[in-house]
Formats: sequence, structure tokens, C-alpha cells
Amino acid sequence: MNLTKSTQFLGYTILRLSALIIIAILLFILWDIIAQGSEVLSWEFLTQKPKNGMTEGGIWPAIVGTFWVSLVSVVFSVPIGMFTAIYLNEYAKQGRLIRIIRMAIRNLSGVPSIVYGLFGFALFTLMFNFGLSVISSGLTLGLLTLPWTITASEEALKTVPFGYREASLALGATKWQTIKTNVLPYAVPGMLTGSVLGLARAAGETAPILFTGVAFFWPILPGFPELFTQQFMALPYHLYILATQHHEILKVRPLAYGTAFVLITLIILMNSLAIWIRYRFRKKYK
Amino acid sequence: MNNLKMYTKGLNFYYGDFHALIDIDLPIEANKVTALIGPSGCGKSTFLRTLNRMNDIIPGTKVEGKVVLDDFNIYQKNTDIVDIRRRVGLVFQESNPFPKSLFDNVAYGLRINGERNRVILRERVEESLKSAAIWEEVKDRLDDSAIDLSGGQQQRLCIARALAVKPEVLLMDEPASALDPIATQKIEELIFQLKKDYTIVIVTHNMQQAARISDKTGFFYLGKLIEFGETDQIFTNPRLKKTEDYVTGRFG
Repeated sequence: MNLTKSTQFLGYTILRLSALIIIAILLFILWDIIAQGSEVLSWEFLTQKPKNGMTEGGIWPAIVGTFWVSLVSVVFSVPIGMFTAIYLNEYAKQGRLIRIIRMAIRNLSGVPSIVYGLFGFALFTLMFNFGLSVISSGLTLGLLTLPWTITASEEALKTVPFGYREASLALGATKWQTIKTNVLPYAVPGMLTGSVLGLARAAGETAPILFTGVAFFWPILPGFPELFTQQFMALPYHLYILATQHHEILKVRPLAYGTAFVLITLIILMNSLAIWIRYRFRKKYK
Repeated sequence: MNNLKMYTKGLNFYYGDFHALIDIDLPIEANKVTALIGPSGCGKSTFLRTLNRMNDIIPGTKVEGKVVLDDFNIYQKNTDIVDIRRRVGLVFQESNPFPKSLFDNVAYGLRINGERNRVILRERVEESLKSAAIWEEVKDRLDDSAIDLSGGQQQRLCIARALAVKPEVLLMDEPASALDPIATQKIEELIFQLKKDYTIVIVTHNMQQAARISDKTGFFYLGKLIEFGETDQIFTNPRLKKTEDYVTGRFG
């Protein structure tokens, strides 16, 4: 009896420790970045361009660049992801084709991001002749987030009770009317949640933008029509440069921490937004 | 058999390999209540759903034979299924109002049919809610969410929603099985009222309910229609032993 109890205690302790280690790692990373990054954080750091060979000044072009590539990736991947999910969940007959599509989606989500980078370079930069630009990078990131968008959208569609569809069809609605008026309105918040999570992931990626448009230093802010023609700066790449490639690496270390701080804050904000959308959605349902 | 609204002829239904309905011939008279009874899994709900082709949305099913609505076989090729479902409405066992306002729930079927005129929508919503005997309870809160209604009110709202598109036949799949006795009584009174204007087919587990509200009764067992006749006859003087055993509660 006593042995059983102590085994139980041991097992419980191991499980709890494992969970605590996760929190500890996260807190350590956050603490390190916040402690060191907040020193350089200032209004100037957020709104100025880098100066004096990036040893001074701010990261504004990188913030703007990250914003634009993320936007392009969302505009590309969210509609395709949603439509794919609607097709898979509402229209497609279960069979071999569907199994192949699902397998493709699952495998796509496992492809390393550097491979997406090379693929994007070959496809968008060279073949479509988009060059090194926000568009090339954004589309590449869009490809990367597509599996997430599709999966999240499908999950969202599955949470809509089957009874809504049945009741609507029984009233003489067509399939599309049913989906449009009685499925999508309840699934869209869940779809958005998934999209924001995909966006947060895209914003932090370096490899896919490495070959497709991100620049070491590019003080011209992207906008129209620079979006289609020019390179840009982005937070994760800027961080990579400052941390490993700069000629005065120790001098710029605080700036690197500051960049990491801004990047992680952005991502946490996006994840919080996703959680908030999901929370409102659930509350509305019950 | 006079005044036949619908009938089935040699109707067979399969879920994959499972033969769920076997050679069903059943007449449905206009402005009568036809009750379908039988133990769970006997096929009565499946049968009900073949009458407006709701089974079509389940993958891997197959239908053979005829379901005839006003001399028209609804399973013949090039049937407009959407039109059939408009003419043959269905009320589900679980009340399933949309998470919209009461008004939008009832107006749903009208709107998808292209009705945009607010005055007409108002009229039809009021009329349908009155027909479903729920108007007095909800007339002051048509903009509230349907989810906040009680179970019995939700079910009557669903009936109103089905009535709004003016079906000719109303199918009901155990509409009162999840309701308390008072709500059940309201639904039964409602069915009695509705048969003046509609042809009603109702699936029920409740023997007394079938006896109280229906004119005709069909007894299903293991996918077959065992006996069909006047409700009085089925309940007081069944021809077959199996039927008698079931209606007297000896099995089921």
C-alpha cells in the first residue's frame, strides 16, 4: 500500500516537474530579453532609422518591413486557406483525393523553413520575376503559414454544429446558402484565430525571407509601389545580423536585445489577440 | 385510399452495406396525422428522412424504389431537391434554432428564397409564430436570441421556422422527446391544429402520444413496415402478434 502511494507520488512529481520546466524555460528567455532589451528601448529606438553603421539609432524600417511582409502573407494565405478548408470540410466527398490533399497539408507543415525560402526564391523571385521584394518574401511566408491556416479553418468549421446545416437544408436552402449564412458566420472567428497564430509565426521567420528580399540595411520604407520592387528590413533578420554578423558585435549587443524585445512583444501581442478572439467566440456560442 | 398526398413504393434504403429499410409501401393521406412507431433502430427516422431527401447529405447511402409526392417521384433524376425540401418540411428531434434572433430564425427560410420586403417578412413571421402557438409568449422579444428560449419554446420556434416557408407536408422526428409533459402537451395540441392545413408525419417513441394525436399508424420493426392502419385499429385490435406485443409494451 505504501509502495503504491510513493510510486504515485513519484509519478506525480515527475509530471509536474516536466510541466514546470516548460514555464521555467519561457520565463528565463523572457527575463533575459526584457532585462537586457528594455535598457535600449526608447521612443527614438522605435521610430528612427539605424545610424552610424547600425551602432546607433533605431529599428523603425525593420518594424515597417515586418509589418508589410506579414500583411502580404496574410492576404495571400488566409483566403486560400479558408477556401481550401471549406472545400475539404463541406464539399469534398471522403475518398482517395481528400486523403492525398490532407497528407500534402500535413507534410507541408513539416517542411523546414529554409526549404520554403529556397522554393520561394526559385518560384517568386526568379520564375515570376518578382525579384528581391516584399512581395516575394510575403508570398513565401504565405506558403509557410498555409498549412496552419487550413488546419485552423477546418477545425473552426468542425465546431459549427451539424444541426445548423441540417436545419438550413431542411428549409430548402442550397448548400452554398447554408454555408454562407449558417456555417461561415460562426466559423470565421475561429478561422481568424488560426490566421493570427500563423501570422505571428510568419513574422518571426528568417529563413524564408533570407533569399527573397530582406536586406542587411535598407533605409527606404516600403509602401506603394516600393512593395513590388524593393528590398526591405525585417525584425528577425535585423536581429540575426546584429547578433552574429556585425563588425562591432559587442557594441551592438544591446541593440540586438532591444530588437528581440520588440519582436517578441509583437508576437505575444498577436497571440493575445488570437486568444481574445477565441474567447469572445466561445462566449458568444454558449 | 382517397386523398393521397404522398406514398412510397418498394422503398429500400442502405447505409453502406446495412439494409436499413426493406420494401416499404406506405400511404400518407392529406390533412391527416400519420404516426410512425417502433423500437429504436427500426428505421422509422430513416424512413421519415427519405420523404424529403434529407438522407442525401449522409455519405455512403443508397435509395431504391419510389417516394411519390403529388404523382411525382422525388427520387427521379433531375428532381429539384431544394424545392422538395421546401414543400416537405422537417422538424428535428433536437430543437436546433440558429443562434440568431427569433425573428431571423423564422424569417430564415423566407430570406433564402429571396423575400426581402420587410412588411411581408413581418407578416409571415407573425403568422408562423401564431400557427406554432408561440406568438403570445414571444411577441415582445423577437429580437432576443433564440438560444435563450426554454426547450419547449425552442421546439415550437423550430416548428414556426418550418411553417414559414409554407410546406405542404410537415415531417416531425420525435419533436417532443426532449420536452417536459406540459411542453409536450402544447406540441400535441399544436399538431392537432396544424393538420387542418398540413399533412403531418410524426415519428414518436411515445405510444400514448401516437394514440392521442394520429389518424394512421405504421409500426416499423427491423427495417420493415410490419403493420399499417387506422390508429384505433393498431392500438386496440392489431392484426399481428408483433404489433400487439409492441403497443402493449411487451417489448421495445
